[in-house]
Amino acid sequence: MELTVNGQTHTVDVDEDTPLLWVIREELGLTGTKYGCGIAQCGACTVLVDGVATRSCVTPASVVAGQDIKTIETVEETDVGKRVVEAWVENQVPQCGYCQSGQVLAATALLSETAQPSDEDIEYAMTNLCRCGTYNKIRAAVRQASEA
Amino acid sequence: MGIMDILNAAPTNVSRRGFLAGAGSLVLATSLPVRPARGQEASDAPAVQAFMELRADGTVLLKSPWIEGGQGVYTAMAQIVGEELDLSPEHFEVEIAPPGGPFGINGGFRITGGSASTRSSYTLMRRLGASARAMLIEAASAQLGIPAADLTTEPGVVVAPDGTRLGYGELASAAMDLPVPTDVPLRDPETFRYIKAPTPRIDVRAKSTGQASYAIDVTVDDMLLAAIRHAPRLGLAPDAVTNLSEIEAMRGVHSVHMLDGAVAVVANKFWQAQKALAAADITWTEGQAKWPMPADFSSARFRDTLAKASGEVTPVESNGDAASALDSAETVIEATYDAPFVVHGQLEPPSATARMNDDGTLDLWLPNQAPEQFVGRAAEVAGIDGSQVRLHSQILGGFFGRHFLYETANPFPQAIKLAQATGRPVKLIWSREEDFLRDAPRPLGLARFRAAVGPDGPTALNVEVVGEGPTGRWYNAPAGRDPSATEGISGKPYAIANTQIGQLYLQNPAVIGYWRSVGHSMHDFMYEGFLDEIAQAAGLDPFEMRLKMLENSPRHHTLLQRVGDLSGGWQPGPYAVDGVQRARGVAMASPFGSEAATIAEVSLDLGTVKVHNIWTAIDPGQIVNPAVIEAQVQSATALGVSQTLVEELVYENGEPTARNFDMYPILRPDQMPDVHVEIVESGAEMGGVGEPGLPTVGPAIVNAVAQLTGRRVRSLPLSKHDFG
Ligand code: FES
Ligand code: FES
Repeated sequence: MELTVNGQTHTVDVDEDTPLLWVIREELGLTGTKYGCGIAQCGACTVLVDGVATRSCVTPASVVAGQDIKTIETVEETDVGKRVVEAWVENQVPQCGYCQSGQVLAATALLSETAQPSDEDIEYAMTNLCRCGTYNKIRAAVRQASEA
Repeated sequence: MGIMDILNAAPTNVSRRGFLAGAGSLVLATSLPVRPARGQEASDAPAVQAFMELRADGTVLLKSPWIEGGQGVYTAMAQIVGEELDLSPEHFEVEIAPPGGPFGINGGFRITGGSASTRSSYTLMRRLGASARAMLIEAASAQLGIPAADLTTEPGVVVAPDGTRLGYGELASAAMDLPVPTDVPLRDPETFRYIKAPTPRIDVRAKSTGQASYAIDVTVDDMLLAAIRHAPRLGLAPDAVTNLSEIEAMRGVHSVHMLDGAVAVVANKFWQAQKALAAADITWTEGQAKWPMPADFSSARFRDTLAKASGEVTPVESNGDAASALDSAETVIEATYDAPFVVHGQLEPPSATARMNDDGTLDLWLPNQAPEQFVGRAAEVAGIDGSQVRLHSQILGGFFGRHFLYETANPFPQAIKLAQATGRPVKLIWSREEDFLRDAPRPLGLARFRAAVGPDGPTALNVEVVGEGPTGRWYNAPAGRDPSATEGISGKPYAIANTQIGQLYLQNPAVIGYWRSVGHSMHDFMYEGFLDEIAQAAGLDPFEMRLKMLENSPRHHTLLQRVGDLSGGWQPGPYAVDGVQRARGVAMASPFGSEAATIAEVSLDLGTVKVHNIWTAIDPGQIVNPAVIEAQVQSATALGVSQTLVEELVYENGEPTARNFDMYPILRPDQMPDVHVEIVESGAEMGGVGEPGLPTVGPAIVNAVAQLTGRRVRSLPLSKHDFG
């Protein structure tokens, strides 16, 4: 099947039901996208599919063939993504860092869609788990990125 | 966990590993000069060349004895060395020091745990930086022909009296060839620029852009990927894969392996291995395990067993005569408290990559908190000498105690076996389900309290802590001298005239482990909850009663007042906010050399407890990085709220009923309170910061819930209780 990831089209030879997560990590060698639970609970595997934050561990690759898939590796190629990363650095959000690829992409999707999110918008969009408990700082960073 | 615990656990019985025997000097060894490098005579000089590489571009590569897992230790090491070296922390690259040599401190007892890293290596790191700076000055002196005494430094440069400036980069190579001076004076703390400053962490950008690489991301040429399925109950062994040929024929599958208590599929890709494993029909039979799970084990029944247990109670702490005071008291209250098994739930699932080399050596890439111990075990498994093992420790995607050496909880012995069996490098990843199944959970704990209550509070307290602590399990600390089994009930600062605290040892059938703040993670909940019950029985305000009991303990007294102030003044409530009733609770703890006091504010939302605010005042004695301390208190608070509200690993029929975050929820973003931290630097000896923010959170919440609802919760988590 053909997948468009970070602007490049790749032909990959995998079973139809292979989750996008494992195609990205194992076939394309992009390891910024993380495996955390495999059942759509944690959001560590979040990627953008046509700009929408998507849990790639439960998304069969074949379903998103032809769509525009963006991973953390190219997040800084858009202005919103760049602002989010800067806000993450400035607020010193990450601890272990393992969830943060997904958090940054979830925030990028939110702010691309809604430049000035309300508290409810943030609560609704930022649902990824962080075992290190960086939630207060994530919220502060989203706020900051939305005000920039 | 452990370092401080183990130090305190004066052994009567030296374990097979000799751990306790050696551990007594661990902290000493890490604070003292280490073995010299490059053929120096044995001397008092720190091993500058081993720990640091000064590079031609003026940056420094520093080998940290401690692994980074989000706690900010790499930044702390850079701050401390940079302070003395006179180089800003941002010019440091920090990586984990390999096992052995000058890093394998004291015969292999290096542990990233016990919130001990920074405090136990503070002096060593300062001396490394100071000696390296002296070497740079010496090299500049030789180059310029100016006496070293006339030279000074500014960040990153040596400066001569005539204004000549030589960058550290230009001097690096010459400096590294010089002998390491001893007894270089350290900076006056009054002049610190990096230590005590909220220095940004050096790994944050990489972690915000997906560039940080963890064990699960390791790639090795020609490697195969493996997935594993463990026996559902520890102690069972695989009997057969009844559809073996079908599995072997699946796409990408290389081979299927029967391991100790597990079946592994090795394939070209992890997903192929995982998919094949899911299709495998495996039959299980009784097998061998060091700690087999009884087939009828249930956590609920085990809790009842602990509650009813009788037998010898080994004294841990006593003063006065609690027994007679209780006998003669007019008002005696008693209660039993318990806390459940909890998993670590670090977000990175465990993995290990093993490669057996043609020369008989072994390379291993994995997460770990104790490199020398892992090398020892790896050598045993591979049947080679420890000197033939090269360990590549990776930064941790969370740990909280997950990556110590636990008999059945680490993937690397299986990865080694698979590498040997296939003749290829193998990366083994445990799915989240397998992680839940074989994690070494925080033990289910229980304590029985009795108190004599007078008009001013408790006049006598008797506590029996029933069960087993991880330090007893893994390092043979005997009952009564295993701090992990009682800390948080023992070691409290309150003045009570008659106190008797003891441990009734009862083995836990599960493979138990260290969990962030260890015994404190549950015992402070029990003690501080019961303390509020005492206040209630005496008709006293819980905050005022604590203050009174701390009158002769100025450090704690101050801290409690500070958290009261931080929260805008103590007010238990209930009071209405936006038409909803809220109330507050307070608690204190003395974990890992630091002190903490917390006030929690809660309300009810459809019968469920909602935590709005957590105010914590923390006194770590001395500060290295206030921003890191604040972040660590945030993080510890999240885990504390999580275990108090929702976490519980239930066992039925010898198996955990939850295998992933669907059946075992952890704290979600919308459940996170606003956390307010005040750091109080009392100047006392430096304590830890990674764990101490956790123990007070549970009891402060539970005390607030009692204030709000009149219901006293003595068994966690709160989600078991309906407040509707
Ligand atoms: S790995 Fe996809 S949601 Fe957890
Ligand atoms: S930073 Fe560790 S899980 Fe979020």
